[in-house]
Amino acid sequence: MIEIKNLKVNVEGKEILKGINLTVNKGEVHAIMGPNGSGKSTLANVLAGREEYEIIDGTILFEGKNLLEMSVEDRAREGVFLAFQYPIEIPGVSNTNLLKNAVNSIRKYRGEEEIDAVDLLALIKEKMSLVEMNKELLSRSVNEGFSGGEKKRNEIFQMAVLEPKLAILDETDSGLDIDALRIVANGVNKFRSSENGIILVTHYQRLLDYIIPDFVHVLNDGKIIKSGDKSLALELEEKGYDWVKDQYAEMASA
Amino acid sequence: MSKITELKNWYLDKFKDFENSLNGESKLPFHQTRIDAIQKFSDLNFPTIKDEEWKFTNISSLLNHNFKPASENVLEFDHSIIEKYLFDEKEYITIVFVNGVFSQKHSNIHSLGEGIVISNLKNAMVEHPEVIEKYLGKFAGYEKNIFTALSTAFAKEGTFIFVKENKIVEKPIQVLFVTSSNEEVFSSPRNLFVFGINSQAKIIESYVGVSDKTSFTNAVTEVILEMGAVVEHVKVQDESERAYHIARTEIDQERSSNYSSYNVNFGGTIVRNDLTTTFNDEYGFCKLNGLYLGKGNQLIDNHTLMNHAMPHCESHEMYKGILTDKSRGVFNGKIFVKRDAQKTNAYQQNKTLLLSEDATINTKPQLEIFADDVKCSHGATVGQLDKNALFYLRTRGLSDQQAKTILIYAFASDVVHSISMRQVRDHLEKLLSEKLLTADLKD
Ligand SMILES: Nc1ncnc2c1ncn2[C@@H]1O[C@H](COP(=O)(O)OP(=O)(O)O)[C@@H](O)[C@H]1O
Ligand SMILES: [Mg+2]
Repeated sequence: MIEIKNLKVNVEGKEILKGINLTVNKGEVHAIMGPNGSGKSTLANVLAGREEYEIIDGTILFEGKNLLEMSVEDRAREGVFLAFQYPIEIPGVSNTNLLKNAVNSIRKYRGEEEIDAVDLLALIKEKMSLVEMNKELLSRSVNEGFSGGEKKRNEIFQMAVLEPKLAILDETDSGLDIDALRIVANGVNKFRSSENGIILVTHYQRLLDYIIPDFVHVLNDGKIIKSGDKSLALELEEKGYDWVKDQYAEMASA
Repeated sequence: MSKITELKNWYLDKFKDFENSLNGESKLPFHQTRIDAIQKFSDLNFPTIKDEEWKFTNISSLLNHNFKPASENVLEFDHSIIEKYLFDEKEYITIVFVNGVFSQKHSNIHSLGEGIVISNLKNAMVEHPEVIEKYLGKFAGYEKNIFTALSTAFAKEGTFIFVKENKIVEKPIQVLFVTSSNEEVFSSPRNLFVFGINSQAKIIESYVGVSDKTSFTNAVTEVILEMGAVVEHVKVQDESERAYHIARTEIDQERSSNYSSYNVNFGGTIVRNDLTTTFNDEYGFCKLNGLYLGKGNQLIDNHTLMNHAMPHCESHEMYKGILTDKSRGVFNGKIFVKRDAQKTNAYQQNKTLLLSEDATINTKPQLEIFADDVKCSHGATVGQLDKNALFYLRTRGLSDQQAKTILIYAFASDVVHSISMRQVRDHLEKLLSEKLLTADLKD
């Protein structure tokens, strides 16, 4: 589905990603863990196409196509979805209006007809119940005045409506209480299928109790320094990141 | 002879022709006012950028044209051409002027109840001389304003609305001014709206162009709200991109009256609006909303004056501008609070979106407060579209243009969303989307 090779990225002249290699196949869930400032959000944003980031080296193939050459919107239309760590508030634009435009842009790109109002509403209703989101939020401006938890739920709700091929969830679990976490995880698990892939950025193990990953990667200082299965997450929880860093340093010097 | 003298002589000549065409109408008392006004026109100078009030608005290109007064040349057009500007004629009362001259053919004045008069100003001069005598020209003085002097000299055609005490005009009144000529034409719409005690009405005053000749509209509107009158007044200027549009609106608010103004500007090459509201008695409420979109080389200048002459009145003003390409905006918002006008509440906001590096805005609030027990505030912001919001929308599949349009729309919509006439609101939203579609939103 997505193949990232030797990705190096500068942010404001400073190298933040220092050669990332990561392949996600259909049906797989990859968790990316790592300390604050290690570059997790940078990676997520680069995949979504954020333009301020400077690609120094490397390639990204998405479904065989060169992702780095695509505009932000075309990536979305091809099926890449980013759930933001800090969802943006957009005063004056209602959630429904955003979804209508999003669904139709994606449909148009695929040569499909615009969704009619009744079908859109039905789709919205179905997906809202999935994340137990309050119907009132629909007519409100995007994320404006939403609580932290509501914002995160709204991201998952949008994902559910847009049905991407690859969902990148950037710390969707942070700031959620245990009930909200369960709801969000449930939404993600319902979305999970053999047809799509998920990159789950988090620095807590607790989300992974609800969404069981196939692979766990440790990102540190712009590099993936260790990969493993779900047991790696538990190990990290127990021992912290330092032992992985030490191990990596030893290997590097060997 | 200087160019300006030549131009003035041109208008003086045109006035003679106009006078000769008046026949019996020149015997009416108002004609003396016209004669006085043309004299003033002759004495006054056209404003230049040396005048503080015209500092950013250079009208010298307007003075390069010899415009012909309207009536001489009406380019006939089929009703279907203006249909897109008209609201449902069953639900609206429609009065149409072509080049400033009343058009029976395109108008549809119906179902006026007793005590409600809507007619051409010319007819009102004969039929309601006491109302004309009392109000016409009493608020828009021409002593110091050359454009008002010109308007007053040529005052004859325009909308006369007279609503008697306690009457409610059930249907909104649409006043449509169409410019249509194959020559460079000059129109002088002169409107007088008088709302009696406790009366109510809604007006939508629109200016559109259906030909691409350079034109000049010099409009003057006087609005009188007697005690307790409630009026909603939307003005939409969407003239051709070669139109000069100079408009003055003077509002007199008497005790406990409530006036809402929506001043929307899309068209024109050089546009200047002067809008003044005066609280001439206590407990008045006034809302001034403005929205404009500049494209190409357009210059849109709004000067407003909120004159708190009496105590216990409240005004809310919100002007928003969107400037693309090389367009320029000017906003000058004055709030005067006279010494006796205690317990005044006056709020003013001006927000501008600058969407290109070549677009400019000159914004200046001007508060002159002589009373001590008042609440007044003002603020001006100038900004660009939020980059993070744009990125967010694009990650949801919206194109760059679509995302920008939505954000601009969100910026603009709160100015017009309180308009109570649904058709007008829909029309404005549609117009705005259309304009944004053809605007260059690349950065
Ligand atoms: N827009 C930016 N401008 C400057 N520095 C940035 C920007 N975004 C991220 N960084 C820097 O890049 C590094 C990685 O940040 P980030 O990707 O947000 O880490 P994480 O998500 O793993 O906490 C940090 O050192 C951060 O300060
Ligand atoms: Mg982060």
